[in-house]
Amino acid sequence: MRLLLAALMTSAALPAMAGEIWVTNEKDDTVSVIDVETLEVVKTYPTGERPRGITFSKDFSRVYICASDSNTVQVMDPNTGEILHDLPSGEDPEQFVLAPDDRHLYIANEDDAVTTVVDTQSRTVVAQINVGIEPEGMAVSPDGKVAITTSETTNMAHWIDTSTQSLFANTLVDARPRHAEFTADGAALWVSSEIGGTITVFETKGQTETGKVRFAIPGVNQDLIQPVGFRFSPDGTRAFVALGPANHVAVVNTATYEVEKYILVGRRVWHMEYSPDKTRLFTTNGVSGDVTVIDVASLEPVKSIKVGRFPWGAAMRP
Amino acid sequence: MNRYNRAAGLCAALVLCVAAPAMAQQKPALAVPMVYLRQQVPQPPVLSNLDPIPADLGFAGAQIALKDNQTTGAFMGQEFSLTVIEVPPEGDLTQAARTALAEAQLVLLEGEAEDLLTVADLPEAKGALLFNTSSGDEALRSEGCRANLLHTIPETAARTDALMQVLVARQWADLAMIVGPTARDSVYADHLRRSAAKFGLTLAGETPWTFDTDLRDSTMDEVPRFTQSLPDHDVLLVADPTDDFGRYVLHNTWLPRPVAGSHGLHGEAWASVIEAWGAVQLQNRFEAATGRPMRSEDYAAWAAIRAIGEAVTRTSSADPAILRAYMLSDAFQLDGFKGRALTFRTWNGQMRQPIAVVNDRALVTLAPLPGFLHQRNETDSLGLDAPESRCTAFKE
Repeated sequence: MRLLLAALMTSAALPAMAGEIWVTNEKDDTVSVIDVETLEVVKTYPTGERPRGITFSKDFSRVYICASDSNTVQVMDPNTGEILHDLPSGEDPEQFVLAPDDRHLYIANEDDAVTTVVDTQSRTVVAQINVGIEPEGMAVSPDGKVAITTSETTNMAHWIDTSTQSLFANTLVDARPRHAEFTADGAALWVSSEIGGTITVFETKGQTETGKVRFAIPGVNQDLIQPVGFRFSPDGTRAFVALGPANHVAVVNTATYEVEKYILVGRRVWHMEYSPDKTRLFTTNGVSGDVTVIDVASLEPVKSIKVGRFPWGAAMRP
Repeated sequence: MNRYNRAAGLCAALVLCVAAPAMAQQKPALAVPMVYLRQQVPQPPVLSNLDPIPADLGFAGAQIALKDNQTTGAFMGQEFSLTVIEVPPEGDLTQAARTALAEAQLVLLEGEAEDLLTVADLPEAKGALLFNTSSGDEALRSEGCRANLLHTIPETAARTDALMQVLVARQWADLAMIVGPTARDSVYADHLRRSAAKFGLTLAGETPWTFDTDLRDSTMDEVPRFTQSLPDHDVLLVADPTDDFGRYVLHNTWLPRPVAGSHGLHGEAWASVIEAWGAVQLQNRFEAATGRPMRSEDYAAWAAIRAIGEAVTRTSSADPAILRAYMLSDAFQLDGFKGRALTFRTWNGQMRQPIAVVNDRALVTLAPLPGFLHQRNETDSLGLDAPESRCTAFKE
């Protein structure tokens, strides 16, 4: 019986899980590459200063890294770790999003109250858009028509028309908005507010607020529950929300906005990324310097992986 | 009375007009005039010539927050402006306050406790909303409180309580203290005594600072012998808030002991060593504008202007009564780069805020520390809690 169990567990743990999770280490100026199958760090590459946002090109032949204190976006060859070139990014790039055209990067310039649009092919700045103080969260709608910047001190989501690269709406959210995501159908926009402790849901069409997600963990002081990064589940029925110094990831029902479960992870959880087959979720835990692996089906944490100091962003390569 | 920077508000308004996105301007902008009223206070001479008090202390923080508010205001159709009125030590504060209140009903006040009350009690200030950005005086949060006066600078007791929480966490339970000769030193020493008692620490002995010579060349000889008379202790407290002699106590003690209180390990509303919680961004903005690190008084003025900005943004009003009601409600939450939302205590108008316990080079921790529990909010373990405050002006 024990043998059989062991055999079952082994087979369960060994689906063909190729792929890598790339994690930026803000205080080490490196990126750690985690093998999704072995759950080990297999490579560590040096980057510019204070790497935060990270994303791959559509064909995964390039990885873009916000090197905030180097005031640049670096373009790395993920096969070699070699920095191919830098992109003009404006000052202090923190987060960015790659448009569906696989060509334009929308970059939040945290110290400058500006969103910079960069053409990754011509390596030029296409536009700079004045937004609120301390822009951070970046999102782009699935059809590519709308980009979002959230500003931490102005407490707004700024709606950018990508055809004119200008603002067409500014909507207030709760204090210190950190992250924004459109739903897969583009009909709704979710914005997390770190100090406000909420997620505000907007209808994309009229930019009207349609809901609020709130959190409460027994035994954790309310003002330590600080939603930051989040991702929707592949089927769209759930959102996984990193709660910062509350050291938990909330599982939110996207139909009711109710929290179904809180999953214990490492300290000060920031952002997260799925494995290529979406069965596992990898969270970056800034203070504990590790990555928690969550099994998406059982909603249980299965492993912690030590990475560099202050892991921040995460991106997947199959 | 000398007035400078009268043009600053005008300038800011001009910049705003240029920067304001066109789509925000369908209706006339809501004007939000504010005044920073400073009663200059003469400072006593101190031993060291290092670390002079910056001329723009406090006001510089207000300027940074003004820019933050103006950016948000540009999206909301709200125009924030700030006028500075400065009163010399022998000047006519009452007249200056009347001028200030005619200009704006949202006023930041810098001065001693009695100066603040002079302004708050003027008939012209009855419907105004005033912010104490400089005085840690306890009475202002207790029997001397005023309904129209909120406090964004922490009370002194909150800072000494924060320090004692750290000493408790370190299990450094036995204390000794050197108390300076001035009245301010005595008040501060009393706060240290009461905070130590509040958290169950033992003050084993005290000695007054009696030197009346310039010690700077002989600290190595004099101060160790001076501290030799104190009973054994884990930590040596220093009560020297004017920064006269305290710096010469560190590393000159008879016993190898850490120094805390006004020097060494100490509690602050803000310090240049705060990095986390996005604080680096505020530090960078401040240093770029002023060329110096941000201090607690700068932070208090910053927090007052930002609190006004947040309340105006959420209520779309510049009416002091509406803003006051919003600030004292559960809905008000200000991000103050200290990891927890800043709110106001409803019993005395004190801004509820974490206190940084720091040394010169690093943040030791942000208080309240884990384990110091409170039924309402852990931050209320710092400073005057509702049952301790004799303030009644905030009861409807």
